[in-house]
Amino acid sequence: MSWLYRFASPATFYPLAGALVPWFFGAAAALALVGLYIGLIAAPTDFQQGEAYRIIYIHVPAAWMSMFIYVVMAVYGVLFLSFNTRLSAMMMSALAPTGAMFTFVALWTGALWGRPTWGAYWVWDARLTSELILLFLYLGFMALQAAIEDTRRADKAGALLAIVGVVNVPIIYFSVKWWNTLHQGASVSLTASPKMAKIMLTGMLIMALGAWMYSIATALLRVRAIILEREAGAEWLSRHLNRKWV
Amino acid sequence: MRRDLRLSARSTAEVLVVLGFFLIVTTLFPLSVGPEPRILHRIGAGIIWVCATLACLLSLHRMFALDFADGSLEQMLFGNMPFPSIVAGKIGAHWLTTGCPLMVCAPLVGVQFGLSTSEIGVLLASLALGTPVLSLIGAIMAALTLGLRGGGALLALLLLPLYIPLLVFGVGAVDAHAAGLGVEGHLSVLGAELLLAAVGAPLATAAAARTAID
Repeated sequence: MSWLYRFASPATFYPLAGALVPWFFGAAAALALVGLYIGLIAAPTDFQQGEAYRIIYIHVPAAWMSMFIYVVMAVYGVLFLSFNTRLSAMMMSALAPTGAMFTFVALWTGALWGRPTWGAYWVWDARLTSELILLFLYLGFMALQAAIEDTRRADKAGALLAIVGVVNVPIIYFSVKWWNTLHQGASVSLTASPKMAKIMLTGMLIMALGAWMYSIATALLRVRAIILEREAGAEWLSRHLNRKWV
Repeated sequence: MRRDLRLSARSTAEVLVVLGFFLIVTTLFPLSVGPEPRILHRIGAGIIWVCATLACLLSLHRMFALDFADGSLEQMLFGNMPFPSIVAGKIGAHWLTTGCPLMVCAPLVGVQFGLSTSEIGVLLASLALGTPVLSLIGAIMAALTLGLRGGGALLALLLLPLYIPLLVFGVGAVDAHAAGLGVEGHLSVLGAELLLAAVGAPLATAAAARTAID
């Protein structure tokens, strides 16, 4: 385990993150290209929803990521509060904007998809409402951290908020089961065979994987910026930067 | 807790202002939507819940702000009583001075909106289970935003999303009753939220207040 702890220090993590970022961005671009090719060109037209269904290749991965990133933030929050590792708090702050972006994309594409299929951009349905709450939670998290000047307090307050807000994620996930809503139920689950054509599923999973890679890449990029900002003046940082550029 | 109660007993004006806010905002709706009884009856429970939520939001900042400003919160933190139980007492006092009076006024407003007696009963039950949760969750966020610039608007942004489930089930209970369905489901969910918040909120609030102090 001790090799793992080493990377909890910003000094070791900073160069590692720098080395990893291009790979994750590359993987994200490649997966998105393949996924979009399968989704937009190779996959057949849906017999019920026509061409409109193709937005699923953006909508579902974005919705998955919006929930998953929040859970990851809460996990980092727990790690930070229990082990007091500064890097966990930095990762938490680094993930929030990406999560907010995916939540917004999920809502926006959902609205565009809802118009041709349900006949309305927005309905007050349990899943839509709870996803909107998730967006507010992300915005509240960022506003709270921005309002606190002392970084230690900002980290602790953010971690608490992330942990308290995580109760919303299962509500979103199960909302289509608990309430009989307009939003369709899950087509993909781990326990049953998927209720959609294989090629559509492949395209969607590849897009989801691409969204993962993109999230990791942006989070690492942002955490490097946060490390630079917070550790400015630290000895290891000036040594590292000098080695590189002088 | 007794100290908080005595303090608010000596400044009854603040409690009355919150109540007055609740009453005046509920009065705005018939004036703006129009006095048609059918519409008012339909939206009555929802309006009472929304106004109760906002009234609670208004009064939350004073839960810790005064003690934080004069340093007595710090004294409590280092005193010999466990901090979470002091916090629990403060939350209890907040509920007794806002949630409780709101419940006393709610039937009156319910009558104004033309709710039937049994509907008011269900509304009161949902408020009885729901308003303590408003105070409990509110305390966490009030402690998180303690002493921050623009704390009031931030408090609303953080808190209202977390209040939405309460609102949905609280109003849902009254609507289900009006539609002739059972209300146990909605009330059980509210009760579950109350239990969860009663266990978790004092601890989370204490932790949040600690971050504000050190």
